[in-house]
Amino acid sequence: MTGPILEVRGLTVDFLSDRDPVRAVSAVDFHVSHAETLCILGESGSGKSVSTSAIMGLIDTPPGDIVAGRMFFEGRDLATMTEEERRDINGRKIAMIFQDPLAYLNPVHSIGRQIAEVFETHGVASGADAKRRVVDLLRRVGIPDPENRVDQYPHQFSGGQRQRVMIAMAIALQPSVIIADEPTTALDVSVQAQILDLLRDLQAEYGMALILITHDLEVAASMADRVMVMKGGQIVEEGEARTVFTRPQHEYTQKLLSALPHADDTDRHRRSATVAGEPILKVENIVKRYTMSTGLFGAAKHVHAVNDISFQVNRGETVGIVGESGSGKSSVARILLRLNEPTSGRALYKGDDIFRMNERELLKLRRKMQMVFQDPYGSMNPRMDVRSIISEPLRIHRDILPKAQWNDRVVELLELVGLKAEHANRHIHQFSGGQRQRIAIARALASDPELIVCDEAVSALDVSIQAQVIDLLADLRTRLGLSYIFITHDLPIVRHFADRIIVMKQGEIVEQGTTQALFANPQHSYTRSLLNATPHPKWETGAASQLSVRVS
Amino acid sequence: MFGYLGKRALHSVVSVLGLLVLVFFLTRLTGDPSYLFLPLDATPQAREAFSALHGFDQPLYIQFFNYLGDLLHLDFGESLRQNRSAMEVALEAFPQTLKLAVMAIFLAGALALVVGSLAAAKPGSLFDRFASLVSLAGASAPDFWVAIVGILVFAVSLDLLPTSGTGSAAHWIMPIGVLMLRPFGLLVQVVRGTMIGALSSPYVKTARAKGVRRQKIIFSHALRNSLLPVITVAGDLATSLVNGAVVVESVFGWPGIGKLMIDAIIQRDFAVVQSTVLVTACAIFILNIAIDILYAVLDPRIRYQTS
Repeated sequence: MTGPILEVRGLTVDFLSDRDPVRAVSAVDFHVSHAETLCILGESGSGKSVSTSAIMGLIDTPPGDIVAGRMFFEGRDLATMTEEERRDINGRKIAMIFQDPLAYLNPVHSIGRQIAEVFETHGVASGADAKRRVVDLLRRVGIPDPENRVDQYPHQFSGGQRQRVMIAMAIALQPSVIIADEPTTALDVSVQAQILDLLRDLQAEYGMALILITHDLEVAASMADRVMVMKGGQIVEEGEARTVFTRPQHEYTQKLLSALPHADDTDRHRRSATVAGEPILKVENIVKRYTMSTGLFGAAKHVHAVNDISFQVNRGETVGIVGESGSGKSSVARILLRLNEPTSGRALYKGDDIFRMNERELLKLRRKMQMVFQDPYGSMNPRMDVRSIISEPLRIHRDILPKAQWNDRVVELLELVGLKAEHANRHIHQFSGGQRQRIAIARALASDPELIVCDEAVSALDVSIQAQVIDLLADLRTRLGLSYIFITHDLPIVRHFADRIIVMKQGEIVEQGTTQALFANPQHSYTRSLLNATPHPKWETGAASQLSVRVS
Repeated sequence: MFGYLGKRALHSVVSVLGLLVLVFFLTRLTGDPSYLFLPLDATPQAREAFSALHGFDQPLYIQFFNYLGDLLHLDFGESLRQNRSAMEVALEAFPQTLKLAVMAIFLAGALALVVGSLAAAKPGSLFDRFASLVSLAGASAPDFWVAIVGILVFAVSLDLLPTSGTGSAAHWIMPIGVLMLRPFGLLVQVVRGTMIGALSSPYVKTARAKGVRRQKIIFSHALRNSLLPVITVAGDLATSLVNGAVVVESVFGWPGIGKLMIDAIIQRDFAVVQSTVLVTACAIFILNIAIDILYAVLDPRIRYQTS
């Protein structure tokens, strides 16, 4: 067996800040061999991206500083190479695929030009020859009609196609190592499966080593030969994928894996225990149509963001609305809260039509119907302290509580969501993502609501934190008799939390039913594809890249 | 694109009409022109005759409708002072302003691109700090003061440049220098800011991962993207130069439209005031369209939305 292509020993990286330098990565060792996939697994801030950026020389110095460690590529020490030699390796020998292809592709250059730049930079081909090669590459990564699309710009492609373009750019010179940094995180589940398939195929074809950075345990399980788990800039566990996933040694790995929802664990149900009560919200045939004008004299086009949606939420019940981006799930939420006006339809809150309410009635309704958004940082004023943020609903709805009791109520709410009284004086930037979402929930609870609409409320959080926030929501539901509309793109999340699930696609409901029935016996092909899209561990499928149904 | 341009043109016609209404009535608030054009001891009869001759004796709204009617026949009225078509007077002065503005904005833009990019390449360096200081001073120095000090130093004390007027190339130096100052200062700040952003952007990281040379990264990737906000600000500044060179033109005795406008207002030469406003409004409209087109050329995302 030949030695590793790429080897990193004792890598330590500091980032300079105003005060002391912050250690981002501490004494990290790893290596990867020909045709092997190494997954670096970790939550945000664990140092997994920094470790690989160092290999490409992409860490800006300052603020970054490689304090110690050596990196060997094909036996040569990267640190002793000249700038020009490093530049020659980048793109030719080691290539990188980034998380968000829209941001990582230059918006003002055509994709053809950006891919051809790899050939030109390394003096392989230029002009018509380069363009011909680009078209071949685009065809290889599955872009339809590559001859015409080569001159288009990144914004004219879908998210999945953009990631294919990014992959085409990476494999242009058939590098021996590809580093993929969260390559599917920004994509929908069904697209994620396609991109992972493509990476696997290309690896089989070219035999390149793949370093895959991800926070997604399922993605890691489906791709990895070896796994390295990082936390706080250090490696906590490393080994064969199968061993790490089935017999995790480190406490942190065990905790991570326990957050992974399993099809067979019945003791983890967070569904509401009690039988649902009377209906509190009845949505009847809501439609939201956008008219797009195509120029001054062009014909108007109608786009249905939401088309004929009806459902019902009962007291104490959780309804999950699941769909990929553009499915209209968030539009439904915004319409129900009257942040957007529907084109037609009714929504009866305890018998009163929300869409016919005047300002005063709406204000009353908003006491009872609250919302928790995806990005807690963006939805809370950074200049207000936590006390002001949580007591703001009390300031708006003056009849809830006399002002003298606001402080006590804020403390009570903070404790209810698992925070402490002294947190009230801090500002939002002093909290972690999970804590911020707890504050957002406390704010939503301040006006004693009956129904809370959660729009991707845990999607921005790390896996282990997601589980904690969902546990909190489930607990609050029992204690306060709340109902939820829980909107998410992630079907496994709602599995143990929602009582009923609505699956949406292109503005329409394709399937709805109780959670058990939907998971056990999905009727619509789209629901099945969402369930199938969850990747299956590599060691169970063997070398073949099949994806099998997780649900028996 | 053309549908979009048509829409813009329509909007502009509406705003120009509004502007004309405003200017028409505001100029007539300045007083009766006969007191300025006739000798102080002119008889009331002579004043009435003067007013009747130029139609100033009629009610304001009649005067306004007459003016609009004349506009439809492309008759913009007569200059009282010069006894010829007011539009002719305005169009004669306008190229002088345009030449000054175009040179000032292009010089300021070109210099700012170089200085701003160099400053952004190494933020916090000595050059960066020096550039920030100079650009801030340039952006905040009042132009009338700089113009007067300039005359004192370069014309009166050193006797290197003419104090005012036109003619030789030397006459251009001070007006352009003073006009450039503010646009240069502001644009350096904008270029520096957007370049720092662009150089740390994800797509620059991609280019570095591809092995692209630093020089090419700066000019082909970063600068191209930075140009968009720079053009927005530069367009705004160019607009203010086209209509706002009043102070500089007055100080340097430059026969441009700004000086013409201020003179016409002082002299209550109503038709000339209206014509200068119309000319600058049209120029600003054309300038804005040009900026929009430039934007679409530079940014494919805009091209796509409007086509």
